[in-house]
Amino acid sequence: MLNHPQLDLVFQALADPTRRDMVERLGRGPASVSELAAPLDMSLPAVLQHLQVLEASGLVSSEKTGRVRMVRIEPKVMENAESWFTKRRAVWERRFDRLGEFLAEEEKTARRKR
Amino acid sequence: MSQRNSQHDTFTIERRYPVPPARVFDAFADQAKKARWFGCVEGWEVAEHTIDFRVGGREVWRGGPPKGTQHRNDTVYHDIVPNERIVWSYTMHVDERPISVSLTTLELRPDGSGTQLRFVEQGVYLDHYDGAADRVRGTNDLLDSLDRALRKER
Repeated sequence: MLNHPQLDLVFQALADPTRRDMVERLGRGPASVSELAAPLDMSLPAVLQHLQVLEASGLVSSEKTGRVRMVRIEPKVMENAESWFTKRRAVWERRFDRLGEFLAEEEKTARRKR
Repeated sequence: MSQRNSQHDTFTIERRYPVPPARVFDAFADQAKKARWFGCVEGWEVAEHTIDFRVGGREVWRGGPPKGTQHRNDTVYHDIVPNERIVWSYTMHVDERPISVSLTTLELRPDGSGTQLRFVEQGVYLDHYDGAADRVRGTNDLLDSLDRALRKER
């Protein structure tokens, strides 16, 4: 089971659409850094920076073989991030988002009446 | 097919809302208000939602995608301090299978003209309820909501 500091890193890592794209690509199998960078509209240093955040979270790992750096998903960490209680937390995060929207709407209506 | 498994976890969510605690409390205590935010998953139909909001009282929520898996929440309220605290426990069933039992504490604190909300859920999650389709959808939901939540925090 992931401890919470690591889970927070995973959440942060996945909060970015580019990094989510990279994780999705890696979900189909290991890839080299240049393969990962190819579909992305950004510089190689920017791609490496995203990769660093993903590696720090433990979600992916990379290894240099010859002149190519290969990146792969860490299935254990990914599995934990998708685990039941993480989903449950996500359900409540979403509920509290909606609660916030509801309260804001209610406030607007109340103001109009005042 | 059935693999017995139980996972335990505690998670905490903290939020701040720019309205006083009484307003946030009402959004939990009043069925019509709670229905506006609690169970509305896009495309889901709510079959039943009743709240008996008092200590020992029960809440039932049933619903799910049309013709899809039916979800059921059964809640018992254990402690209610108006505008300050609610403690409840709930079980979740998917198609009659128990998938989790949780103990939940909600605390509200005035914070300037707003409210600081703290939510703690302690739960046992049963038998890896994890169908492949649900898993993919669950993950996408997870990513979406995390994205939103984190964007708000920063």
